[in-house]
Amino acid sequence: MKDIKDIKKEQKNQKNQKENITVSDFRKFAKPGSIHLNAEDIITATDEEKQQLFTMRESVTYWKDAFKRFKHNKIAMVSLIIILLIIAFAFIGPLFSPYSYDQQIRGSESLKPCLEHPFGTDRIGRDMLVRNMIGARISLTIGFFCALIVVVIGTAYGAISGYIGGIADNIMMRLLEILYSIPDILVIIILQIALKAPLSAMFPNSRLGSSVFSIFIAFALLYWTNMGRMVRGQVLFLKEMEYVTAAKAMGAKSGHIIRKHLIPNCVGVIMVTAVFQIAMAIFVESFLSYIGLGVSPPMASLGSLCSDALPGIKSYPYLLFIPAILISLIILSFNMVGDGLRDALDPRLRSK
Amino acid sequence: MTKFLIKRILSALLTLFIVATVTFFLMNMIPGGPFQNEKITEKMLKIINEKYGLNKPLFQQYLSYMGRLARGDLGISYKRQGFTVNEIIAMKFPVSAKLGAVTMLWGLFSGILLGVAAAVNHNKFIDRVAMFLCTLGIAVPSFVVGTSLIYLFAINLGILPYSSLSTPLHYILPVIALSFQPMSYIARLMRSNMLDAIDQDYIKTARAKGLSRFKTIFKHALRNTIIPIITYLGPMTAAVLTGGFVTERIFDIKGLGSYFVESIGNRDYPMIMGTTIFFAALIIVANLIVDILYHIIDPRIKVE
Repeated sequence: MKDIKDIKKEQKNQKNQKENITVSDFRKFAKPGSIHLNAEDIITATDEEKQQLFTMRESVTYWKDAFKRFKHNKIAMVSLIIILLIIAFAFIGPLFSPYSYDQQIRGSESLKPCLEHPFGTDRIGRDMLVRNMIGARISLTIGFFCALIVVVIGTAYGAISGYIGGIADNIMMRLLEILYSIPDILVIIILQIALKAPLSAMFPNSRLGSSVFSIFIAFALLYWTNMGRMVRGQVLFLKEMEYVTAAKAMGAKSGHIIRKHLIPNCVGVIMVTAVFQIAMAIFVESFLSYIGLGVSPPMASLGSLCSDALPGIKSYPYLLFIPAILISLIILSFNMVGDGLRDALDPRLRSK
Repeated sequence: MTKFLIKRILSALLTLFIVATVTFFLMNMIPGGPFQNEKITEKMLKIINEKYGLNKPLFQQYLSYMGRLARGDLGISYKRQGFTVNEIIAMKFPVSAKLGAVTMLWGLFSGILLGVAAAVNHNKFIDRVAMFLCTLGIAVPSFVVGTSLIYLFAINLGILPYSSLSTPLHYILPVIALSFQPMSYIARLMRSNMLDAIDQDYIKTARAKGLSRFKTIFKHALRNTIIPIITYLGPMTAAVLTGGFVTERIFDIKGLGSYFVESIGNRDYPMIMGTTIFFAALIIVANLIVDILYHIIDPRIKVE
């Protein structure tokens, strides 16, 4: 604080001094109405003066500014920490577990939570702690990859549609509207059923099972529409900006403008939409697992863990509630981080 | 208006056509055929395939399927002998429809009420609680809500029944589970619209003229804020119908949703296709009606 004040004071003094000099000089050398310039007025600044201008205030970029706002959002920060903890739980946790997710431990079937098995064991003696870790890993992986697919397809589609405009934009938006109006869950279910055999044949050794890949395919087909719309809207606004006109005037090709000017300026919108997509994908996966279309056993996802625990809810409620809480926590946290990011990146949209 | 109507209906039909086509070809991609199992000999398989027209070229099958579909015929169930898909839907759907209707009504009622209560008590305790509930409602999957409700109210406290839908009391838990998410959306939408409306001049005028707070909110502000809720009715129909797959299974309700999940397990392909197309048609029609309603109610909305 003190530094800034001092600098400001100094600058003020200097300014006054300079003004005084120039005014007096003006009177001394120039006649009224003369167009003669005073050499001192246009002399280049010395390095010292330049240095002073630099130290005045640290420049704040858009991202730094957004990060500052995000840091002040307690709910979003807590959610982010929860996500990081769950990621650690899901990806690092299994390394420290003495059991594997499909290992059936003889003689310790249906154990209540205890020191050996903090989350208990299931009916055939599998450690639920490691199964929950693996389940969370599957759910998170699906979330991230689906978001990635949506970002790639949605951004490309939206940017091209918005940038070209005209008839092409019209046709592309009609197509998007049709895709958008298709009831997604129903089509995913059909895809899931239909792709089971061909995908199992393609990835015979995959532990994930075909269902994960068909969720990816479904997202690639249906779920990018929202992203496409958001990016298109942003591009429509951005392409009227002066720097795009300047780039065009300098002969930049459309692809270059889209890649170097438009998409980087859409990153905020893309990030926010992607975070919500992660939550959405995890939700869809758990829904599918719950109706028996998820990962194939013995693989576990949080949804399939919930589904498996349903018949024994009376005697073993913890088998259901642990994955249920985990999945709710993951979706909740991603939603909160999404909200926080949106507020941080575009304060004008801040919700009341 | 007529132009808009025709355009909208055509696009709904196109969507339905795409869903039917995609469903048909995807279901026919499944190798092995629906009747293949160890007990059936080659000869029997040939006879069955001939009977169901499965020996014809795929495109011909597609044409005849679409032809039957246009007449509203969804085919014959493979697993439930002697029943057509239409008959099974007619048998099972009323249960789902009842549950769905009650859910939608309850979701709308509680969502609007919660949203208004939150907006009126902006930044006070009630608002905080309502928003916390809505945030949870959007994040927590309906099967988690459903099973938690069963565990709490039916198993632990034993005050509410939870299987099937025999008495009005049986509706309480599944309806809450199924309506939780739509309710949360509606409440959030309602709250933000209401907050905007309360700031408007006509509300201040009404208050200044001595109208009670209750009347200004429910007679003046509510009318304008409720219109955007209509747009949510389309997605809400979809959420309630597809949410039914899970909720009906949890609460052991013998509706079309749980039967659909069952037929997925049974590989009853015509049933899966028929139910998918039926649900898709319902959702598409709901969206169509909502669009038209919105257009009629609020002429300010321009159709792009």
